Amino acid sequence: MVDFVHPNRSNLETENRRYRFQKAEREDSEGQGVLEISMGPQHPSTHGVFRMDVALDGETVVRLKPVFGYLHRNHEKIAEKTTYLSSMPYTDRLDYFCSMTNNWAYALAVEKLAGLTVPERAEYLRVILGELTRLQNHACLMGFLLQDLGAMGTPLMYAFREREKILDLFESLSGSRMMCNYMRFGGCRVDLPAGWLDQVRQVTGGFGPFLDEFEQLLTTNEILMARLQGVGVLPRELAIHASITGPVLRASGVNYDIRKVDHYGIYDRFEFRVPLGDHGDCYDRFMMRLLEMRESLRILEAAMRDLPEGPILDPKVKIRNFKPKPGEAYGRIEAPKGELGFYLISDGSANPYRYRIRPPSLINLTVLEDLCLGHKLADVVIILGSIDIVLGEVDR
Amino acid sequence: MWGQGIIKGLRVTARNFFGSYFHKSRLVTVEYPEQKRPTPENNRNFPFLVYDGDDPEKGLRCVACKICEKECPPQCIYIVPEKDERGRPRKHPHLFDIDISVCMSCQICVEVCPFDAIKMDQEYELSRSNRFEGLLLHKRDLAKPNAYYRQIHPTEASLVDAELEQARQQQAAKEKPAAGATAGPGQPPQ
Repeated sequence: MVDFVHPNRSNLETENRRYRFQKAEREDSEGQGVLEISMGPQHPSTHGVFRMDVALDGETVVRLKPVFGYLHRNHEKIAEKTTYLSSMPYTDRLDYFCSMTNNWAYALAVEKLAGLTVPERAEYLRVILGELTRLQNHACLMGFLLQDLGAMGTPLMYAFREREKILDLFESLSGSRMMCNYMRFGGCRVDLPAGWLDQVRQVTGGFGPFLDEFEQLLTTNEILMARLQGVGVLPRELAIHASITGPVLRASGVNYDIRKVDHYGIYDRFEFRVPLGDHGDCYDRFMMRLLEMRESLRILEAAMRDLPEGPILDPKVKIRNFKPKPGEAYGRIEAPKGELGFYLISDGSANPYRYRIRPPSLINLTVLEDLCLGHKLADVVIILGSIDIVLGEVDR
Repeated sequence: MWGQGIIKGLRVTARNFFGSYFHKSRLVTVEYPEQKRPTPENNRNFPFLVYDGDDPEKGLRCVACKICEKECPPQCIYIVPEKDERGRPRKHPHLFDIDISVCMSCQICVEVCPFDAIKMDQEYELSRSNRFEGLLLHKRDLAKPNAYYRQIHPTEASLVDAELEQARQQQAAKEKPAAGATAGPGQPPQ
């Protein structure tokens, strides 16, 4: 006998029924049946605990509804209950591939809120780490995308081999491979260990040849082209109206890179091009990542050349009892997946009054149905992979 | 010609496969339990408490100020200060527990500690057969000598030691006029 009945129990039951693999003999306009499939939440290709309710006519997708929230951790509410500094390690867990850029976006928002300045050396370090993060995120993404296509293992392992070198750099700098927790309000936590820059030069020197090899391995592959070209076309207007950001937007031919538009940090000092696609299909999104990595290598080279000596933390910053004056601030950066923004309201106490994240993955996911309609079920997985989502960020 | 791209790709795969017999850069795996990669100096895993001298109980630098308990993001630290006979708190922890199944290795506790009493360990082979007791570390499990800290984080430890030495000298200089005063009660000699 159950004593406690959840008020939403009846709803839960209907939801549960819909989870099951069911064939709904629904009459559509042509009088044919539609097959409803629940893909996920642990489908190997869904990049985490993500579920899609797909309705199929034969093999063609006629309806698709993304269902997420399985990884919800109440991050925003927790951040409103703890101090500003205590939220920093939680931001690592948003997009767990790119903890450095998450740290950066949050630090930027708090710096705007509290009016802190970042020393020159710390700005350069942030650029170096941000671009390294972009390299490893995009390398990973291409590996996963190929995994989704059925190239089991090989491209993914090649990508992971390179990514591992960058993670080793993160470990020897910040102490942790993925949950770096490195940036601080008004600078960075520790200075570079001895010989770190030489290691970076070694890694970035080997990254160009790796990209050449990867390109040779894949980009002219006929199967890859047949599976990616013309699949999941995102029209330019839709991309703008749905506020898509990042490589997905640029693949549709919109020249919008926050590094160029917003000039946060010191990005106006670097010479780099913004690659643009013109079809907006999966192949363009794939190539966008490849080209961006080459640009990142250029930025890295310049940043390491110009890295000045000096302090890495604003001396005015207080670690304990950090209380910014009342106000609000929005800090945004070009994370590898798109625009990552943190919106903070301070009421003068040690905790933020409101803490809100604008995650690129979630917003980019909103067009998933538009991209998938009319394509085959096997293409859905590739389209999802080419958008590049991480569920830690979608669900927060 | 159709299929050219595939053959080109397979050439890369073959180069990687045969290259792994000759080039170290193409063979990066380590056979873990037998071989281990060196841990970088900055590596961090879980916190431990530093003590000076030989006695892990008396030499603890921790003064039970509870700053780390308050700042810890996942709230995995639990501190009870020691009380003297009259019930007033002494500057020493009676209980200091860290639940490392909750700890997320963020080292916020290390940064906020004003006494350099808590530092990050590098031990990572921590599998336990018990889900609860084995992962709840008490004061006696956490206390480790300063020599150990110097061994795992040499650069950082030398900075911390210099800072503490300076603070001790300033304290001694301040107490010199007060003749007969005990020298630095909170800082036993090393």
